[in-house]
Amino acid sequence: MGYRTEGTEPITKVSIIISKGSLEGIYPGLIMANGARAEGMEANLFFTFFGLDAIHSKRIEHIKVATVGNPAMHIPTLVGGLPGMSGIATHMMNKKMDELDIPSIPDFIEMIGDTGCGMYACKASVDMFGMSKDDFVEQVNDIITVGDFYDLAAGGQIIFT
Amino acid sequence: MSATTYAGVEVRLNDEGFFEDPTVWTPEMAVEMARADGITELTDQHWTVLDFMRKEFFEKGTGPTVRVLGKASGVSVKDLYQLFPKGPAKMAARLAGIPKPKGCI
Repeated sequence: MGYRTEGTEPITKVSIIISKGSLEGIYPGLIMANGARAEGMEANLFFTFFGLDAIHSKRIEHIKVATVGNPAMHIPTLVGGLPGMSGIATHMMNKKMDELDIPSIPDFIEMIGDTGCGMYACKASVDMFGMSKDDFVEQVNDIITVGDFYDLAAGGQIIFT
Repeated sequence: MSATTYAGVEVRLNDEGFFEDPTVWTPEMAVEMARADGITELTDQHWTVLDFMRKEFFEKGTGPTVRVLGKASGVSVKDLYQLFPKGPAKMAARLAGIPKPKGCI
């Protein structure tokens, strides 16, 4: 049973919410969803607010690292705000991840779709941004309400990222 | 750690059900374990994956993740999940008699 505490039941289902549109805001949720499927769990991804960029067919290729307001970047905010800084940081991080064989976000979304993980867009956010199903990659199953999300998540754990 | 018998041979397993000693594994054991997991017959595609898992393990010291399997085994990610519904890398590693693969993706 590895790291699982004795006497506890394994997790069998997770629903993961991705609410941010930065590279560092999107990857953790994708890794957790993919990992859940790899462990044989049922998994759903729910994209809301700026997290929708991760499934937006035109924006998915251009997800960037946030270089401002992030102390862990270890660069002064003013420097992080210079034109092109986000692009440079993103390029460096993508290069590092490629070396580690971590898929790009478009490849990852495609792979996660192939694992049988459900992917859903939040209706309130889709309406707010004036989007429709045509704006999203083909892996997206549906645009659903928060109520639908809770129905989908029933019987499992919910993780907000 | 526990011991069980596959194909008439006593095998030591760790607490997650993976072989302690991958060298004692035989294909007959995989057939028996697969049946217990609800796979009535191991197809050519199943064997492609199991052979690849063992090859990678003995070459690299760890079994491949689903990502590596999908890229290099000749079986797509979609098919892997059909073949091994309880989590491809984990289930295939167990059936192939190797430790649980390490890696997050």
